[in-house]
Amino acid sequence: MTPALLQRRSRFATPARALFCGMSLFVGTAFAKSPALSPTNMFDAAATPAHSIVGLSTLVLSVTLGIFLVVGGLLLYALIRYRHRPEDSTREPAQIYGSNQIELSWTVIPILIVVMLFLSTTRIILGTEAIPKPASALDVTVIGHQFWWEYRYPKLGIVTANELHIPISDPSKPTPTYLEMSSADVAHSFWVPRLAGKMDVIPNRLNTMWVDPPQPGLYLGQCAQYCGTQHAKMLLRVYADTPEQFAAWAAQQKQSAQQNLTNPVAAEGREVFLHSACINCHTVAGTIANGRFGPDLTHLASRDTIGAGPIKNTPENLRSWIDDPNIMKPGALMPSMHLNQHDLDVITAYLTTLQ
Amino acid sequence: MANANPVWEAIDETPTTRPRRLVLEVVHDWVTTVDHKKIGLMYIAYALIFLVIAGIEAMLIRIQLAVPNNHFVSPQVFNRLFTMHGTTMVFFVGMPILFGFGNYLVPLMIGARDMAFPRLNAFSFWISAFGGILLYFSYIGGSGLYGAGSAPDIGWFAYAPLTAKVFSPGHSTDYWTLAVFLSGIGSVGTALNIVTTTLCLRCKGMKLSRMPLLVWLYLVQGGLVFVAVGPLTAAQIMLLLDRYLGSHFFDTQAGGSAVLWMHFFWIFGHPEVYVLVLPAFAFVNEIVPVFSRKAIFGYPAMVAASVGIGFISLSVWAHHMFTVGLGAAGNTFFVFATMVISVPTGIKIFNWLATIWGGKIIFAVPMMFCVAFLFQFLIAGLTGIMLSAAPFDWQLSASYFVIAHFHYVLVGAILTALFGAFYYWYPKVTGRMMNETLGKWHFWLFIIGFHLTFDFMHIPGLLGMPRRIYTYEAGRGWDNLNLIVSIGGFVQAIGILIFVYNLIRSRTQGDIAGHDPWDAWTLEWAVPSPPPSYNFAVEPTVNSRRPLWDLKHPEDPDSDYE
Amino acid sequence: MSQTTSTIPITASGEPVWELPSRGVVGMACLIIAEAAIFIIFVVAYIFYMGKSLSGPTPQQVLELPIFGTICLLSSSFTVHYAVSALRKDNLRGCILGLGSTVLLGAIFLATTAQEWYHLIHDHGLTITTNLFGTTYYSLVGLHATHVVVGLIMLTLAFGLALRGNVHEAHSEKLEVLSLYWHFVDAVWVVVFLVVYVIGR
Repeated sequence: MTPALLQRRSRFATPARALFCGMSLFVGTAFAKSPALSPTNMFDAAATPAHSIVGLSTLVLSVTLGIFLVVGGLLLYALIRYRHRPEDSTREPAQIYGSNQIELSWTVIPILIVVMLFLSTTRIILGTEAIPKPASALDVTVIGHQFWWEYRYPKLGIVTANELHIPISDPSKPTPTYLEMSSADVAHSFWVPRLAGKMDVIPNRLNTMWVDPPQPGLYLGQCAQYCGTQHAKMLLRVYADTPEQFAAWAAQQKQSAQQNLTNPVAAEGREVFLHSACINCHTVAGTIANGRFGPDLTHLASRDTIGAGPIKNTPENLRSWIDDPNIMKPGALMPSMHLNQHDLDVITAYLTTLQ
Repeated sequence: MANANPVWEAIDETPTTRPRRLVLEVVHDWVTTVDHKKIGLMYIAYALIFLVIAGIEAMLIRIQLAVPNNHFVSPQVFNRLFTMHGTTMVFFVGMPILFGFGNYLVPLMIGARDMAFPRLNAFSFWISAFGGILLYFSYIGGSGLYGAGSAPDIGWFAYAPLTAKVFSPGHSTDYWTLAVFLSGIGSVGTALNIVTTTLCLRCKGMKLSRMPLLVWLYLVQGGLVFVAVGPLTAAQIMLLLDRYLGSHFFDTQAGGSAVLWMHFFWIFGHPEVYVLVLPAFAFVNEIVPVFSRKAIFGYPAMVAASVGIGFISLSVWAHHMFTVGLGAAGNTFFVFATMVISVPTGIKIFNWLATIWGGKIIFAVPMMFCVAFLFQFLIAGLTGIMLSAAPFDWQLSASYFVIAHFHYVLVGAILTALFGAFYYWYPKVTGRMMNETLGKWHFWLFIIGFHLTFDFMHIPGLLGMPRRIYTYEAGRGWDNLNLIVSIGGFVQAIGILIFVYNLIRSRTQGDIAGHDPWDAWTLEWAVPSPPPSYNFAVEPTVNSRRPLWDLKHPEDPDSDYE
Repeated sequence: MSQTTSTIPITASGEPVWELPSRGVVGMACLIIAEAAIFIIFVVAYIFYMGKSLSGPTPQQVLELPIFGTICLLSSSFTVHYAVSALRKDNLRGCILGLGSTVLLGAIFLATTAQEWYHLIHDHGLTITTNLFGTTYYSLVGLHATHVVVGLIMLTLAFGLALRGNVHEAHSEKLEVLSLYWHFVDAVWVVVFLVVYVIGR
């Protein structure tokens, strides 16, 4: 090695050390403040498919961590131990071209690790994808749309949107929910990390997944396959209800919209609604509105959110949404209907009655 | 013992003074050149320009995502940014920059005077360059004359049927298709050239078993390009037929299949990862031995592992599709194929380790980047194993964990090795050394920025953050992590700006390098820096894998051990 | 480095003669691999969509075996081979004869394809937009026909040069490279014929 080259490395320590200290201090403080928990943490599993994934992940994480420590440690050791020192002689080190025994050992050991990981992975795949569906399962059809979710309960005769209600599943008497999924337009993906891994929702294809949360609660998620402009605000809300809550919810959702409205403003709103272009895309059961392009509005007021999750369902938000959906969710396919202030008021009043 | 025809005869150390020329003459010279070195440099220059453009796109993405509910860019603009960033980085930065190095180095390393087909070489470069320009022309022409510009917003893998006329009106998707198509033609042309050059133009004594590992890896890469780019080209033709002639390949309303596009794309897309990473291995294979002062450990195993990776990489594509619903049998097969590829990859890492072991490691900038490569590639491989376990992937796929994983491969492994290659071969190309102090600032800023960005990017993925969302609400536990990721991005950007400055400054201010500044062993160091247009005045003859070692150590030549 | 240097026999320190493969043949082999990958994808698409059309017409209803065209195309492989071996022996007349009949046979093949397409479009109303069968059929057969056209253009060029007397024995390697492409186009037709007309019907 030429001496000139060796001299060049003398100055590197100063900038490096300054940078390193500053950055690690910063990272330490920023990361400590970050909340450890998230409502969509995949390790906070709340149903069987998610639980079995956590089990497998723990195994894979520990194996890979072990490999990292061993290989990384050896690398670090070699780098320090065999660094060129100024007092070294100028002679080149011994040239070693290879060794069949060593090569064989580091071929065989990885193969054994791979076989072990492969077998445990296969067990989880079969346990999730290849088990028979129990007769007590609830069927729900999920249809992805740009940029919202349609849910149909064929056996219960319910059609709803964006907020999926399922019964909790008692492990001793399982009542899992089976989701049959397809898309009306482009590819989407159904991902609620605490319940299960994601499954793509693809047009002209039927995919199935199942979930069985034992605890009631609200489980969040969102579309995980890029599907166009508003992919980001195509959120998923899964409500796991107790059997009583679920029965009550189902009974309510089966009813048609109320015909006789006592509130005159709402009654006027109903007339405006039924005589505007709203009915081309939306359904309100029990009226002439039977469009299929947009979400079913029969029980709109019973939902917590509008616009597929990102907006709270309050009369003000609803009014502003109807005025121009593109302000709250740019790229949403619902156009601004250019309604006047009066019509906006009465339609909002009508929609809030759709319990 | 070296025979009577030593390579040293080729060296003429007297600096050449060239007469000043008109700008137009210089431009004409470069545009019409068929010299593999100039084409290689044009590939690299063009890729660096696109690297800066796509890097700016990445920075805009990171500004938007730094805080929740941000309104820095609209969703439409954001979707175009990530589509252009991905497409540019893969097709107009990664491919050309690696082909540039291959073009420059392969003939020099095998003792040839040019590529096998010099004019095809120029054609391939210009057709790829035209593709890149076409892609960016979409900003002006994407909506035709009736609208303002609209770059494609379909994502870099452009899943059907989002690309159908009905969901992607206007012409931006067509610009994307044509740009990728043209880049594919250029890639096949260059790969064909590299493979043919390697097989047909080796100098005397340069048997396949004596080729530098860099050349071996480019040979495997070329083979992969033939097999992988064809399916992409075919799929792009189908997409064009769908969009212009009304055929139904990916038209789900007429019975077409959206999943077929995914298969075709990933049959290209996964080998493509190896097309990009094999040259990075190639650089490390050359740099690590020279700065450890030892021969590469287990040359035959390294070659076998490279060829093995090439073959296995053709059968793993559907691990990008574990969430498509392939069924238990399909998933299991692809889990196995994907996990198996970690065996030859592991062999490579162990061989690099063994090369370092017992050496005298000199931490010059090229070696520093290679050391960073070793650690980062190790981590990228391990997160790859996590993703190959299909059920784990059902959670991780299309989340920020995947983004972090493949940026670890593309930035942490490939770009890092590339930087090492820049510092290593710059003296050969220009005759001057790159500045070592600036190089170290570049290294530390880039590496620290890299780890801030991509280490922390794994976590939002585990916390349920999907990719390609232009904004997110507060309270998901993603806020601080995204802020760190964004800050890290800017630290990397500063590092890269220092690199670009170093690149330009050293061209005129750098120390004179001489023909062999690193005391290296392969043939490119036997010619003057920069090499003359004919490369070798006398056709060299080699007797071992390290011809220059033989010359420098006549008492203990490599040829004694073959 | 020119090709001639690599073929000079050099025996250094007892090593064997240093000979490397011809770059024309290797280059064409690479091109053929890349092209084969494209064709495989179109063939896979054809097989994948077999019987999945939502409406008619079906291949069973409208396709007929193109026996005559197939015989022409396959025999052109022999004529082009004859042209190459004639040129190797510096038999220019034989080469012209071989090239001429190859071009003629290739043109006849294209004509039968054109006639078949006219029949399908005009009499059966099958176009690329009709159904999945139309989509995959026209694109696969069309992609092959495009390659036949490219091959024919190059063969016609060689034929013209040969007629003008500009082709010599020294060019036999170049003609051989061209003939490799033509053999590939023929081989692809065998696959297309089997998939579209035998299995798919």
